[in-house]
Formats: sequence, structure tokens, C-alpha cells
Amino acid sequence: MGMISRKTVSKRTAAHLRMMLLAFICLLVWVPFLLMAAACFMPEDELLWRYLSPLGIGKAPVRAALLPSYPTLEPFVELLLRSPGFFVMFWNSCIQVFPMLAGQLLVGAPAAWAFARFDFPGKRGLFGLYVLLMVLPFQVTQVSNYLVLDRLGLLDSHLALILPGIWSTFPVFIMTRSFEAVPGALLEAAYLDGAGELQAFFLVGLPAGFPGIVTALVLGFIDGWNALEQPMAFLKEMRLWPLSLYLPDMVQDKAAVAFAAGMVMMLPPVLLYMNGEGELEQGVAASGVKE
Amino acid sequence: MGVAGGFLAPSLMGVVVFMGLPFGDVMRRSFLDAVGRAFVGVENYKIVWGNGAFRLAAGNMLRFLVIAVPVLFVVSLVLSLLVFQVGRGIFKTSLVLPMVIPAAAMVLVWKILLCRDGVLNQILSGITGRAWDVDWVNGDTAFWVLMITYVWKNAGYDMLLWLAGLGGISESLYDAARVDGAGGWAQLRYITLPCLQGTMGLVIVLSVVNSFRVYREAYLLAGSYPDQRIYMIPHLFGHWFLTLDVQKMCTAAAILVAGALLAAGAVRGVQSIVR
Repeated sequence: MGMISRKTVSKRTAAHLRMMLLAFICLLVWVPFLLMAAACFMPEDELLWRYLSPLGIGKAPVRAALLPSYPTLEPFVELLLRSPGFFVMFWNSCIQVFPMLAGQLLVGAPAAWAFARFDFPGKRGLFGLYVLLMVLPFQVTQVSNYLVLDRLGLLDSHLALILPGIWSTFPVFIMTRSFEAVPGALLEAAYLDGAGELQAFFLVGLPAGFPGIVTALVLGFIDGWNALEQPMAFLKEMRLWPLSLYLPDMVQDKAAVAFAAGMVMMLPPVLLYMNGEGELEQGVAASGVKE
Repeated sequence: MGVAGGFLAPSLMGVVVFMGLPFGDVMRRSFLDAVGRAFVGVENYKIVWGNGAFRLAAGNMLRFLVIAVPVLFVVSLVLSLLVFQVGRGIFKTSLVLPMVIPAAAMVLVWKILLCRDGVLNQILSGITGRAWDVDWVNGDTAFWVLMITYVWKNAGYDMLLWLAGLGGISESLYDAARVDGAGGWAQLRYITLPCLQGTMGLVIVLSVVNSFRVYREAYLLAGSYPDQRIYMIPHLFGHWFLTLDVQKMCTAAAILVAGALLAAGAVRGVQSIVR
């Protein structure tokens, strides 16, 4: 009896230790986030007093704070009402990302359905090619992409980012895995009820593969919202730049709103993630379990 | 092919135009002269291979892959085991969050922590009692800074992959092992890790893919001419791109692809031997 109770006690301590360790690790995520959030609500003079060095406009010891001493909404007012440049770039990011996502879904979901549900000659090889293209870093095809876009006359336009992005093969991979996880019985029932191939796709495939679709969209959004290499390569004109490329420049122009701008940029992906967390987990799980 | 072809066609056509053809074009150009007409054999390869900047960038990239990918692998695996055992949603959400946060938005925070006058130096000064004045981003330590931001950002996603694998392991295996008197380590060694083999491949592949994206952090923290220890392949391409050095870029790209294929082949080979 004594043995058992000692064992359960040590088990419970182990569980507590694990919990504390995890909480500590999570601090590594939360502290940077809080530093950022606090700085968003600081008036300009407090920012300059605390963060002169990191802002790159002077030299003074950093006085980090997890709470602002004089909280104010001034940076947000300044940013949202008096920084037209920020709006232009925010809008550019939206114009570049959302049509790309819509396109990825439109061409990617049917392709993923084909890979997941049909057998045809060369399927394995073709899917392998898609995976290879997904794995290639952007730099490998950078020049040739540039030449293709140049020939199509698309350089220095939003389409230069949208069109190649639509045919990214990563969403196809994610959605294929998710469609593969759709139970076959569900489909057979649909076919027995007289559903055609299109009906099977729209009425059974899309709802059942929903987590994969959400996952592809969320990951695609994060990547597009973060894009740096592509706009650097394909957009020379600054008025077309997305937020991700413009933000570092903005810090130098307007230190007072730098943190607020970062926070506003962070919000859409964070909110998206919070809303789609469950689906994202399922979708990522489906991508990893097979093979 | 009929129905499947119909589903596949819109994707396939675009992939060929925007991905496949450029990819083939790169491979072709790596064997051609500057104008893209005459076949010059491996001449370009000799030039690129002997190029100092290429050697530096490739060496750094390789070093990063060899060090950072295994670190990420282990860290994310440990995190997933912890989260799996503790099972609180808040931890999982928190750990995935860095993946979601845009690099550009986070840069100022890294600077607060890592600049000469920053928090890290202050903490170290406080602990050791002597003044620390290290510029973490622009010196020998830049490589490690980059590795930490890489692990910070990607551990959550890999953790989700591991968690999916862990969720698929039947509880009865552990019960049987416990009856046989296997302890925690033995269970990890003989049940958990073997059952996670399927997940491993994808974790490694995605970690390698994402390692090229540390360019974002490197660029945002240190600009396009960073400390030479974090001068990576993307920096090199960025510079060659400015002068539109098509030949060199295509050749270097072909070398990258060959390297990746060789590595993939080696992994396959090792796996088949192990099994």
C-alpha cells in the first residue's frame, strides 16, 4: 500500500513538473508578445525613452516593460488616421493575398480530389512532381519566374505575386491528404444514391475535407501575408509593396507607430488562427499521418 | 484519366506554366552560355563551384541545416510529448502562435532583446556582475540568433505533426508494455519513437523547406548584407538577381536541386537499411 501511494505521489509531482516546464516554455512565446503589446500603447516620448536603440534612431539603454507607464491609444490613432502609406500597403497585402487564396482553392481543391480519389496512369509520378515543386525553395525558380512574368508583361503588378502563388503546390498536398482521409463508405453511399462525380466532390468531398481546406487557406494566408522574397524580386515600385516589405522602412520614418503597425499586421493571421485552430490541427494531422 | 483529368487540368496547366517550365528552364540554362544559345557543358558549374560567395553561402546553409534541423526536430518532439501528457489546449495554442506571427512584426521585439543596449545583455550583466556589450545580431553569435528564431517559429508546427502521430498510437501497446514492466524510457524507445517513423519524414522535409525562410528574419534583422556567418543561399541569389546574373543563378539552383535529391536519396537508403 505504501509503495503504491509513494508511486502515485511521485507520478503527480512528475505531472506538476511537466506542467511547470511547459508553462515556462510558453513564457518564451508570451513575453515577446507582451513586450510588443505593451509598446503599442506607449506615447511617443515613452517609446523614445525606452526603446531608442532598437528603433535605430539613437543609443540608450533599453528600458523594457511589459506594461506601458502612460497607456494611450495615440499610436493607433496616428497609424489608422494619419498614415496613408500604411493603408496603401495594408491594402496591397490584401489585394495580393486574397485572390491568391481564392485561386489556390479553385484550382487546388479539384486537383487534390483527383489525386486522392482517382487512379490514373502516372499518378504517383505526378504527385511526386507536385511534392518536389512544393519542396523547392523560391530561389530555385526565381530567375525563370522573373523571365516568364517579364514575357507576360506582369512584372511590377499585383498579378506578379498572385498568379504564381495560385499554382503553389503546397495547398494541393495538404488538401490531398485531407481528402484521402474521407471515409470511402460515405462516397459509396453518395454514388448509390445516384450522385455524379461533381456532386460527389461538392456534396461529400468538400464538406468532409473541410479541415484540409481550412488548413491550406490558413497556412497560405500566413505565408502570403509574410511574403518577402517574391515582392522583393518582382515589385520594383514601392507603391505596390505589401505590408511585409514596407514595415521595416516604416520604422525608420515613423518610430512612434512602428509597434502599432506591427500589431495591426499581426492581428489578421492571429485571429484567423484562433478561429480555425481545430481545423488546422486536423488538417496538419491528416498531412502527417499517412505513409 | 477522363474524370480525374477534368479535376486535375486547371491545376496542372498552371503548375506547368508557372512552376514546371521555369524549373525545366533553370536546369537547361545551367548548361548554356550567357545568351542562352550555345551548350557549354559543365563550364558554369566550374565557375559557380569556384565562386567564393557561393561557397560561403552554401557552407552556411549546410551548417544551418546540419545544426538547426536536428535541434528543431528534438525540441518539437519533446514539446509534443509534454503537451500530449499534460493535455491543456492553452499550451498547444501558445506554442503554435509564433508560426502565425509575421516576422516583420516581431523584428522590433528581437531588437529590444538582442541589441547592444538590449535586455539580454542587461540580464547577463546582472547575473555575471560585469558589463556585457555584445551585438548579438551582427557578430559571431548571429548564426545562433538565427537558429533560435527558426526554432521559435517552427517548433509549433512540427509539434502539431508529432501530436498527430502520437494520437495515432494505440493505448493498448503502452498497457502491454507496462504489464511487462517497461519504464518510461523503454516505452519511448520501443513504442513511441518507432510508431512515429511515418511522421519523421514529413517533419524533416518541412523543416528543411522552412530553413530557407530564415532569410526573412536574417534580412529583417541584419539587412541584405548581414554578418558573413548568416550569409545564406537566399542572400546570394538576391545579390545575383540584382545584376540579373542568370547563368550563375540557374547553375546554383541546379546544384541546390541536385543536393536536395542526393540528400533525399541518402535518407531513403538509410531508411531501407534500418528497416
